[in-house]
Amino acid sequence: MLLLALDTATPAVTVALHDGARVVAESTTVDARRHTELLIPAVLDALAEAGADRRDVTEIAVGVGPGPFTGLRVGLAAATTWGAALDLPVRGVCSLDVIAYEVVRSGSAGAQPFAVATDARRREVYWATYDAAGQRTDGPHVGPPLTPDEHVGTMLAALPAAGAGARLYPAAFAQVVEPEYPSAAVLATAVAASAVEIVEPQPLYLRRPDVTVTTGRKSVLGSASTGSASTGSAQSGRRQR
Amino acid sequence: MSVADDPLILGIETSCDETGVGLVRGTTLLANAVASSVDEHARFGGVVPEVASRAHLQAITPTLRRALDEAGVRLTDVDAVAVTAGPGLAGALMVGVSAAKALAVAIDKPLYGVNHLVGHVAAEQLENGRLTEPVVALLVSGGHTEILEVTDIATAAELLGQTLDDAAGEAFDKVARLLDLPYPGGPHIQRAAATGDPTAIRFPRGLTSQRDMERHRYNFSFSGLKTAVARWVESAQRDGAPVPVDDVAAAFQESVADVLTRKAVLACQERGITTMVLAGGVAANARIRDLTRERCAAAGIALRQPRLSLCTDNGAMIAALGAAVVERGLPPSSIDFGADSSLPVTEVLVR
Ligand SMILES: [Zn+2]
Repeated sequence: MLLLALDTATPAVTVALHDGARVVAESTTVDARRHTELLIPAVLDALAEAGADRRDVTEIAVGVGPGPFTGLRVGLAAATTWGAALDLPVRGVCSLDVIAYEVVRSGSAGAQPFAVATDARRREVYWATYDAAGQRTDGPHVGPPLTPDEHVGTMLAALPAAGAGARLYPAAFAQVVEPEYPSAAVLATAVAASAVEIVEPQPLYLRRPDVTVTTGRKSVLGSASTGSASTGSAQSGRRQR
Repeated sequence: MSVADDPLILGIETSCDETGVGLVRGTTLLANAVASSVDEHARFGGVVPEVASRAHLQAITPTLRRALDEAGVRLTDVDAVAVTAGPGLAGALMVGVSAAKALAVAIDKPLYGVNHLVGHVAAEQLENGRLTEPVVALLVSGGHTEILEVTDIATAAELLGQTLDDAAGEAFDKVARLLDLPYPGGPHIQRAAATGDPTAIRFPRGLTSQRDMERHRYNFSFSGLKTAVARWVESAQRDGAPVPVDDVAAAFQESVADVLTRKAVLACQERGITTMVLAGGVAANARIRDLTRERCAAAGIALRQPRLSLCTDNGAMIAALGAAVVERGLPPSSIDFGADSSLPVTEVLVR
């Protein structure tokens, strides 16, 4: 078998190949604004590195978020289209679970319950909590990084926390642990070992769409939608300004 | 070359609120599958980018399957993939570009990132066969309003003019809202206008004064028109008079049709071009179509217009442009290209 794993739910564009026994190629590039540009070239590089042909891929695993929408969709669109094209199984995995799996495998949080928090932008985090064995106990949720007087805040603040969200809001998290981003190599390993929950390859948005109606849909003058990969929220054309 | 010898091109379009996958051989249309999220935007009175992007991701693989079924071909038969690289909504474009890249790599076929606006012009080749360039194209939709000059469909297009504010379709939507007509406004305005008198009210013609014609010869502006309609309706309401919805709709529609066709015909005459292509969803408007036909005929310009399903955003138009690009033997786009929400029309094919 050859499992292609990828995740674009965070600023990390991460891909890996797993042959059933081990990870045979992997790469991660952190660039929040260039998921579309980077993802497929990274897959091709991984195939070359593994000495494999694109036709050797037998299954696909993809991080389903939660994550900023625009980047998240890049990975899901690629994974589901590739799978549909060649009739390959596409397995979805919560991207926070991938981080959690690495926490447990590396022992970065010690043998105790922990949290995973990634950057949800707008001064919020996507988060979930896990027991010492890496079973998810709460979440995934989206919300503000927490104030000490809030119930959830109190609970989370007491836990070691992995993910970029914990790094962004050190005041809200007692102890920041590795890793910062999900890794496709870890995703591939977890899927190959049947060690994570498999879900449909559908995005975990956790937020409703912003209802900002665009009025400048297709300007070609240049200043239109600068939204690109970053915000995932509504774009406004220049005509709104 | 017979049709069977022409390469089979699959086109993907996700620049706005339609997810389109089309299949084309040369200038022959084989399939044109479209999934629209227009109903999801209706209650907002305009396209919500995030709603459109979510819908694209949901629709992309079902629409792909539908197109293949419709054409009765398999992905292994496809010779190349084309995708809209821009212009359009960034988040929406990215879904199509990412899907197209994955598809092209999975089936090991070249990928061409192409220009949405030029795609609208290429769609005409699926209706009436190969274009004889140069042509002037008048593109009118909810998302764009442009006059292009196309000297080579695969390599050379130029923007002569565009709207400075609202797209024509947006103006229809906004005026429909003023008149309590549903979204999208185009068909409802047209229906109301059918029983109205277009000369009952004289609404302004944007950017047609002598001074504007110097600076904005081929450009459009519809925001002033929209404001004029709003003022007129408000003042009628203030006087307690019933608003003659059909007259307002007819007079508004006449203003849009007049200025669009006047400038497009002028562009043909001044550039010495004898073929005009009319495309975009708003080209479905009967008055715009009729007036364009009339004025083109009077000016000795041959008018070409595809059927409505090829006028609105669709994947077949992207496949048609891909086919033209492949026919010229142009190199595929490099696999690391991105979606470009403001891709200039001069970039027919992205590198
Ligand atoms: Zn269009």
